[in-house]
Amino acid sequence: MSLSREEMARIVARDIPPGAYVNLGIGQPTMVADYLSPEQNVVLHTENGMLNMGPPATGDDVDPDLTNAGKQPVTELAGASYFHHADSFAMMRGGHLDVCIMGAFQVSAGGDLANWSTGAPDAIPAVGGAMDLAIGAKQVFVMMTLFAKDGKPKLVPECTYPLTGRACVSRVYTDVATFRLGPGGVRVLDTYGMDFDELSDRLDMPLSRA
Amino acid sequence: MTAAVRTAAEAVRVVKDGDTVLVGGFGMAGMPVELIDALIEHGAGDLTIVSNNAGNGDTGLAALLAAGRVRKVVCSFPRQSDSWVFDGLYRAGKIELEVVPQGNLAERMRAAGAGIGAFYSPTAVGTPLAEGKETRVIGGREYLLEYPIRGDVALIRAHLADRMGNLVYRKTARNFGPVMATAAAVTVVQVSRVVETGDLDPEAVVTPAIYVDRIVEVPS
Repeated sequence: MSLSREEMARIVARDIPPGAYVNLGIGQPTMVADYLSPEQNVVLHTENGMLNMGPPATGDDVDPDLTNAGKQPVTELAGASYFHHADSFAMMRGGHLDVCIMGAFQVSAGGDLANWSTGAPDAIPAVGGAMDLAIGAKQVFVMMTLFAKDGKPKLVPECTYPLTGRACVSRVYTDVATFRLGPGGVRVLDTYGMDFDELSDRLDMPLSRA
Repeated sequence: MTAAVRTAAEAVRVVKDGDTVLVGGFGMAGMPVELIDALIEHGAGDLTIVSNNAGNGDTGLAALLAAGRVRKVVCSFPRQSDSWVFDGLYRAGKIELEVVPQGNLAERMRAAGAGIGAFYSPTAVGTPLAEGKETRVIGGREYLLEYPIRGDVALIRAHLADRMGNLVYRKTARNFGPVMATAAAVTVVQVSRVVETGDLDPEAVVTPAIYVDRIVEVPS
């Protein structure tokens, strides 16, 4: 059986090192927060200027001055801090952030990331903090389905969509397999509902077993 | 030196046709809505707006765009679920857009405020946003040359100001405010309350008064 979004989020959460400073991208990566255990002592960074961000705010806790990168109301945990935008991005670029988790349109075998534009001529370009995160965080984990709706793989030899960052992705968590990217090539760490041979058959790149 | 406490209408009169205006806020958090309303009323046009987004819904920045006062937007993320005003103008070819990665946007304004001539950033290397930029390899890594973004005027929102212009912000509404305050020739701040000089803890001041020129009190 391939993994549900929730199961993927649980697996990503499990792989985050204890005590890490982590930025969760907008959308699916936000779900990872639901599966982090208190014992992991992970500190969440949000690009709009906060460390130790807490869960979404509801009811009386909603404060328009306290939002996440997706502009949704959130809460603060004990030990939280606020800072301005130049500091927030210095934390990324300066190599202080341990892990960033993002979605993707495509990831290349060499770790190139494409997640901000499909290059469609009528699209309005919008990049936000994705390029800064991609090259800044010590490790970039991608969460995505392995195949697009048309069946084409999203883990590709070379990205055809415009890049967000070069050689920056170290792990790719998908619904059917988890991959480690690096100098040793593309390694399959786990498979879910699709075996190694079928993966090798459908992906246009050499794979090795972990 | 005391920053002048004025009405919003008086404070934004400094904006002239053709100016570059830095507008604080990340979405609506930290957006100086009343200052933007006053700017619409004031009537200055042909503006270049530098802000993280390009307006949400129909108020604030979106209303300024809808009023036809903006020639160009420099921002990191114009396209949102509620950015219909910008989307319409852009698709109609009625507005220019320069997309800048969010960290470069902040750092380019920081550089302007800090007197830095230009700087090398690793962000956007190898992407379409690197086109036309000078590159340099430093320590084996490739960087892009990025130039400062200066404003004629900054319109920002903070929580409290004292009469000198020292500012304290609230939570994530701080975002671009402290950086923009340093990067414009004239900084206009909208605050929820003005307190007497001496009432803010100097250790808690985020933006020192030297960066602030005009204060507008808008109780919230």
